[in-house]
Amino acid sequence: MTAPFLIGETMTGGYGSANILHDCTIAVEKGQIAVIVGPNGAGKSTAMKAVFGMLKLRGGRVLLDGEDITALTPQARVAKGMAFVPQTQNIFTTMTVQENLEMGAFLRRDDINKTMEQIYHLFPILRDKRYQAAGELSGGQRQQVAVGRALMTQPKVLMLDEPTAGVSPIVMDDLFDRIIEVARTGISILMVEQNARQALTIADKGYVMVQGANRFTDTGAALMADPEVRRSFLGG
Amino acid sequence: MDFLNGLIAFLNFVFVPGLAYGSQLALGALGVTLIYGILRFSNFAHGDTMAFGTMVTILFTWWFQSMGISLGVLPTALLALPIGIAATALFVLATDRVVYRFYRRQKAASTILVIVSLGVMFVTNGIVRLIIGVDDQNFLDGARFVITAGDFKTMTGLSEGLAIKSTQVLTVVTAILVVAFLFWFLQKTRTGKSMRAFSDNEDLALLSGINPDRVVQVTWILAGALAAIAGVLYGLDKSFKPYTYYLLLLPIFASAIVGGLGSPIGAIAGGYVIAFSEVTVTYAWKKVLGYWLPENLAPDSLVQLLSTDYKFAVSFTILIIVLLFLPTGLFKGKSV
Amino acid sequence: MTRNVWLFAGVAVLFILTGQLQSWNLSLSILNMCLLSAIMAMGVNMQWGYAGLFNTGVMGFAALGGLAVVLISAPAVPAGWAVGGPGILFALVVGAAAIGLAIVVYGWLPKGRTRTAAMLAVLIGGFFLYRYLFDPAAMAVESNDPAAAGNIGGLALPSLLAWPIGGVLAALAAWAIGKIALGLRSDYLAIATLGIAEIIVAVMRNEDWLARGVKNQTGLPRPWPVPYEVDLQQTASFLDGAATWGLDPVTTSSILVKLLYAVLFAVVLGLVIWGSERALNSPWGRMMRAIRDNEVSAEAMGKHVTRRHLHVFIIGSAVIGIAGAMMTSMEGQLTPGTYNPLRFTFLIWVMVIVGGSGNNWGSLLGALLIGWLWLIVETVGPGIMGAVASGMADGALKTHLIDSAQHMRLLTLGVILLVVLRFSPRGLIPEK
Repeated sequence: MTAPFLIGETMTGGYGSANILHDCTIAVEKGQIAVIVGPNGAGKSTAMKAVFGMLKLRGGRVLLDGEDITALTPQARVAKGMAFVPQTQNIFTTMTVQENLEMGAFLRRDDINKTMEQIYHLFPILRDKRYQAAGELSGGQRQQVAVGRALMTQPKVLMLDEPTAGVSPIVMDDLFDRIIEVARTGISILMVEQNARQALTIADKGYVMVQGANRFTDTGAALMADPEVRRSFLGG
Repeated sequence: MDFLNGLIAFLNFVFVPGLAYGSQLALGALGVTLIYGILRFSNFAHGDTMAFGTMVTILFTWWFQSMGISLGVLPTALLALPIGIAATALFVLATDRVVYRFYRRQKAASTILVIVSLGVMFVTNGIVRLIIGVDDQNFLDGARFVITAGDFKTMTGLSEGLAIKSTQVLTVVTAILVVAFLFWFLQKTRTGKSMRAFSDNEDLALLSGINPDRVVQVTWILAGALAAIAGVLYGLDKSFKPYTYYLLLLPIFASAIVGGLGSPIGAIAGGYVIAFSEVTVTYAWKKVLGYWLPENLAPDSLVQLLSTDYKFAVSFTILIIVLLFLPTGLFKGKSV
Repeated sequence: MTRNVWLFAGVAVLFILTGQLQSWNLSLSILNMCLLSAIMAMGVNMQWGYAGLFNTGVMGFAALGGLAVVLISAPAVPAGWAVGGPGILFALVVGAAAIGLAIVVYGWLPKGRTRTAAMLAVLIGGFFLYRYLFDPAAMAVESNDPAAAGNIGGLALPSLLAWPIGGVLAALAAWAIGKIALGLRSDYLAIATLGIAEIIVAVMRNEDWLARGVKNQTGLPRPWPVPYEVDLQQTASFLDGAATWGLDPVTTSSILVKLLYAVLFAVVLGLVIWGSERALNSPWGRMMRAIRDNEVSAEAMGKHVTRRHLHVFIIGSAVIGIAGAMMTSMEGQLTPGTYNPLRFTFLIWVMVIVGGSGNNWGSLLGALLIGWLWLIVETVGPGIMGAVASGMADGALKTHLIDSAQHMRLLTLGVILLVVLRFSPRGLIPEK
């Protein structure tokens, strides 16, 4: 088995003095979709934030393409090719869609127009609304702006924190379709999701977390078929 | 009923002064609103920063005048203004480095920063008084009037004269240029957009790789420049006295809040709203109404709503009304 | 505890030194000002320490206290009152009624154009009606003997009565301002109080019918039991006493008067501290601190935060008003021109911060220390500056430096504030 592209190995840590994560391992292969699911308070978002460097690890490490990035700040990890879409407040509401994308590419000094075209191709509705203030868009469209902003750095890994939180089912399906398209371009996707069932259907790898530790780890399809997982987390 | 004369009187005593004063307030409010939007606190030292910038400009104006340099019809102060701007920018950058940066790193509450800005206000005020004293300084030279009342009357044959002071024209022109530049900078340049992003959503801006220190520096430089320009224009138009600049805090903050704290357009709109309200409410309308109303309705009393001593009551009342009914201001700035 | 004792002892030494090296008169007059400032600082401290309220309008509340002294204890001007007093009162009532009616309309009508139009109509109509009634009455009062009076006069009641009334006046203003501005950001409260203070002083400066404006109201009686120096100098018992001790009667009378004031102020100060400490340690005080430390939780527990803040704001302002009244009583005259925000609002804030916010004893210490610094520079500053600059050649720079000794204290005050905020933000006597 090839070494995973991005892996947070046996991570232990938390925001304050108490540990939230206990020996947790999350990994994603190149061009694949890995999904973290689990009950509320399981530490799903915390695990992803740990991979991104937003909290201090007391144990374990994070490797990107073989390189140890445990000591890097989130901004430095962005420069290394990681992109993060927070769950809330993930767009610049007072700026236009186009300006949001420009800000996403702030660290790039080369011509970003090609990348912007790719984003507009991926999310056609954004092209129509490119000069509109992002705060005026609907929930699903705002999520598209948020993802588009993150993709502007041409990252190697895209991390999404509950991208479908608060959107309608149709919009959720649409979003998932686009996430699959993004993965097809070779970008690895790491995603935390509440909608476990739908998320696991598109997942190459699934991590079920309970109380800050891995509980079940397998391919998405295998987890969906596992009777114990279905009973505990997927509602039978 | 003499419409034209009434109109001229109106223009002369209400409209033109209001326009000039509004431009000065707008520039001051722009500085305050920028600092609020990006550094997230109300800078009580802004009035005295304006005084500092004006002081430096005055000193260099005197130096230029003593060397015989002048700008002909334009005030010599314009030559000294760039130096004043540079000095003020350096000064505010220094205060940020020495005073404010510590609290920013600590993520201190904005109230603490306001109290700290009080301390900076004292120090700035003390420095200005120490260097230039507390007296009125008049540093205007060059042509005083673009058109005097007398000339106007001769030209038009009307009994009312419209005088336009050169400082008024200067103020409006400068304000337009500065605002145009500021908007170009904020809307079209990478740094300007990064500042807007930082003001909009600081965490996301940091995630996008925007350098917070750079944004802060540019903000202070812009605010310092705006303060110096506003201060010099006000000083040329009226006169320079350190205490007056402290008093300007109220109308400037009123303008910024009325327009919406954090919104540059709001600051400009607010400046004119406050200025015109102050002038309109404290003007004795007897003369204009005498021209515009038919004979029998012409007023006997001065028809002055509030005496000029209560200028501040006007900005204050408008401020209170806005705070009560529209706390985010006309242009929806940062909310309460 | 011992540290605090040493701090106060240190400050006491400053005052004793001033007495010895300069004059006891100077030391005592500085002490009196410091005591008054301490009371004001306690009022500010209540608002800031208990409720996190940033009140930059100290000047206005103190001025209202002074106004109360004039209205209560100044000699009556029957002619002035007769010719316009009732008229002015009626006009003010009409004005207040118009505002009240506007508020009723606001509550009555549903949101929309009609409501805004109705409110504007009431307010504008009310304003013009008010001016129509007010202007002639005010002019009449002001033209009555303008050189000596020109105002409505006072009630000629004892000074001591004016002090609580000063508190009441300040409390009323605080209620009005608090109703409007509390519950908004603290920055907004700061600006609002800044504005209201300027307006209050502007009213006092310009409305001659009220308290003679900038013509100043003099001849305010001394509060019991403080005598006049000239009276003392003619009392046999006093002269005998002075002779026995070998003291000069003129200076001693002045010192005695100041001492009596100091005692009076200390009594009031003691009452404020006592009341405040009682309140702090009461369930009310604990609740206030709980609110201050975590507003969101307190709100969730059902404590009506804004209403509590309003209470604290009113009480704190009333304390400032009482101090302002005492100050005017001591000066014997109301001089609107002396109310400047630097000497009042900002100086008091430095005292609160340096002394230790959230702590009454801290306010007292801060007031004594900073007040002493501020006032001593006024007297000895030019002298020191002269000594420092004595080596310099005579000329414009030297004179400028000596003249600017006054401005040095502004600079030093600012630096002290910044240094304390940075390195010792809890002040000399931190909150327990």
